[in-house]
Amino acid sequence: MASGIKDKVAILGMGCSRFGERWESGAEDLMVEAFTECLADAGIEKKEIQAAYLGTHFDEVNVGKASLPLSLALKLPFVPATRVENFCATATEALRAASYAVAAGAYDIVLALGVEKLKDTGYGGLPGGAGRGVNARMEAANMTAPGMFAQLATAYSAKWGISMEKIKDAITHVSVKSHANGAMNPKAHLRNVITEEQAKKAPMIAYPLGLFDCCGVSDGSAAAIVTTPEIARSLKRNQDIVFIKAIQVVCSSGEEEMFTKWDGSHFATTRRAATMAYNEAGIKDPRQEISMMEVHDCFSITEMVTMEDLHISPKGGAYEDIMSGFFDLKGQVPCQVDGGLKCFGHPIGASGLRMVYAMYEQLLDRVPEERKVKNARLGLTHNLGGFPWKNVAAISIVGRG
Amino acid sequence: MTGIVSYGGYVPRYRLDRRKIFQAMGWMDPSTASNMRGEKAVANFDEDSITMAVAAGIDSLCGMDRSKVDGLYFASTTMPYKERLNAGICTAALGLKDQVRAADFGGGLKAGTTALLAALESVAAGGANTIMVCASDSRMGRPASGEEMIFGDAAAGFIVGNGEVIAEFKGSYSITYDFGDHYRGAFARFDRKWEDRWIRDLGYDHFLPEVIKGFLSKYGLKIQDFAKVIYDCHYGAERKKLNKMLGITAEMDQGNYQEQIGHCGAAQSLVMLAGALEGARPGDRLLVVSFGSGCDALCFEVTENILNKKSGRGISGSLANRAELDVYEKYLVWRDILPAEMGLRSEEDLWTRWTALWRKRKEVLGLWGSRCLKCGTPQLPAQKICVNPECGAVDQMEEYLFSDKKGQVVSFTGDMLAASYNPPAIYGAVEFEGGGKYYFDFVDCTLAEMATGLPVTFSFRRKYYDKKRDISGYFWKAVPVKEDK
Repeated sequence: MASGIKDKVAILGMGCSRFGERWESGAEDLMVEAFTECLADAGIEKKEIQAAYLGTHFDEVNVGKASLPLSLALKLPFVPATRVENFCATATEALRAASYAVAAGAYDIVLALGVEKLKDTGYGGLPGGAGRGVNARMEAANMTAPGMFAQLATAYSAKWGISMEKIKDAITHVSVKSHANGAMNPKAHLRNVITEEQAKKAPMIAYPLGLFDCCGVSDGSAAAIVTTPEIARSLKRNQDIVFIKAIQVVCSSGEEEMFTKWDGSHFATTRRAATMAYNEAGIKDPRQEISMMEVHDCFSITEMVTMEDLHISPKGGAYEDIMSGFFDLKGQVPCQVDGGLKCFGHPIGASGLRMVYAMYEQLLDRVPEERKVKNARLGLTHNLGGFPWKNVAAISIVGRG
Repeated sequence: MTGIVSYGGYVPRYRLDRRKIFQAMGWMDPSTASNMRGEKAVANFDEDSITMAVAAGIDSLCGMDRSKVDGLYFASTTMPYKERLNAGICTAALGLKDQVRAADFGGGLKAGTTALLAALESVAAGGANTIMVCASDSRMGRPASGEEMIFGDAAAGFIVGNGEVIAEFKGSYSITYDFGDHYRGAFARFDRKWEDRWIRDLGYDHFLPEVIKGFLSKYGLKIQDFAKVIYDCHYGAERKKLNKMLGITAEMDQGNYQEQIGHCGAAQSLVMLAGALEGARPGDRLLVVSFGSGCDALCFEVTENILNKKSGRGISGSLANRAELDVYEKYLVWRDILPAEMGLRSEEDLWTRWTALWRKRKEVLGLWGSRCLKCGTPQLPAQKICVNPECGAVDQMEEYLFSDKKGQVVSFTGDMLAASYNPPAIYGAVEFEGGGKYYFDFVDCTLAEMATGLPVTFSFRRKYYDKKRDISGYFWKAVPVKEDK
């Protein structure tokens, strides 16, 4: 029986670029920005890096294929580098690969870096069919990301008998909260506070999702250097160290898409990935034990149903928790403490590492009082790549000591 | 006994009030006011002569076993392809077997009756048992022309066979003239015509009497022997004149739907025939006459079978399923006459991989999936390994047709971001009655009408048009079922 990687890998350093419409910066600049902070935080020299994993998604409008964009931009010391891609879970995959390489004993010090330069696409929102392959052209509906996820709302309403008006109330609360958190974060893309009225009156993107129900499409990069616990302790004497408690990825089998058992109101993959991650991390009661979360709030409705899929809220109970402020910054399990995809931004290939960065800086007490989570011990991050009915769900749990 | 076994019709849901055309374009030529009465049927942005022919063909099947159909003759002057058999796209969409004879009939507007005649004679000669005939047109008049108002979009479908016919074929008479009343060159989008007076005074006034009299004389019949005379002439005054000249009483004159549909080209006489069959009684004799580069006259005698025949929605059912096209400019955008901005997503160049389409032809054009022989689960797209997690059987699938099933809406949205000729793009998940699920565009509906649990049927539509390569790509969409008004 595999024992998992709990406490077998430590995060030696992390870095994150400022996210946003980085018109002045190319992907290479963003990589250097995240890496420079990461390397300084790790307190090592570049030549000590033994392997690297690059996460990036839209290669055609971004850096291109292969791992060379990473090794060339950072001038890595002739080490094995590998490009990974798994939709929005791409950066978590880079961290997973780096962590597994360390846990396996193949390398001692490994870099994981994610980057995406979306503001060269010309789109507000993501481009269309390129990610779905040739079949999407021939069949299926003419869909966009907000329209795919918006359907969660109609299906959730049908499943739980919760009116569309109440759902709109809850998802509005989600977006208002993310803006409030993002406004305090100097690296976040969207830093404006919004009101419920603004959110509800915004132009419709895909019913019932309005403009403020959709996350920011941003440029950005985030990086982590991981190592063994022994090396981390020797390099960071008398300092708190953040360990990987779990990383789990679950991919759809086609069951949700084609088999009629799935009702369209939740993520079957997230539910399983959460159970697997809690088992790996030894968490029995996530509602009590998880200190804070960064979840895949590509759209406000995604965050809402994810609260149930992560076994934090009871099934059908996310509405009550959201409206009661349970996930607000000063609530019991704060969610999107750095603004989330919604306001920190969502450069696809960087997001998973950006989330871990948010947990990491909280766990190491590096945030100002105003956006600090009290007694942060365990942080959970969650990505979702693809469609509600066929996707990749990735969860990582990080914690102190 | 050879004749029509079954019939069907299709009129697109959207109707454009001709006054709206005049309000927009009448300033160019105030004389178009003479054509302003009624409304014209307008194919949706994702419909063309192929999709309408398929809809009429499906309507004509009325539960018949489609594997019994031996051929498909498709008549239209607005076929999307000059090279690539348009009828072949229709046979795939209709789920007909591969071993069929299929042919396109085009050119003159009498192509519809000629296709029907060819099918009747093929069956009578023993060359085939059952042939489907679909006639469909979506012609365009240039904005501000009379034709823009006169033309409408519609289709008719017939199944021709032996034995249990509802209308027995009793004979025909044809004439052919190179009469340039209307014409379109190889690259023209819009119809052109010569002077109306000439078309009326030489064309209709001479050719219709010639073909009708020729027919009557050939078979020793009189015009009074017919319950209905179905003939193509959209000019109101000319119809009156011809009726008088030929002895066609008001009861015998089958309406031409000019004020509900408009002139539907090669489908015109056959749409009228489908309409006439809806009200026909055993023993009725019907004379069907087309007009365009000559005329065909076909005679049918209605049999007792018509009383027991299951019928589809037909022309009247299609007409009842009506929605007003609220603005004229929408029509211009749907026909790509007005180049509206649709955003970057509309410019994505995801071109047709013909090899992939060939492999997936049954799925894409016919909406065939698979059903697991072990656990019975229907699945779309067809799978090698059963998607039922309790089963997982490998390579134990049979072909399974989804296009003829009903479904219901599981989830939906109205998307303003997606590139669409008719935003918001409405789409969502549909579960099929009997199992299986897929994500479809919803058409012929509004977002306000949508709800989970709503019943839907499936309609063959144009999925994309690749302007760069002149390729029309097709797939199926879901249409919410409404009560016919």
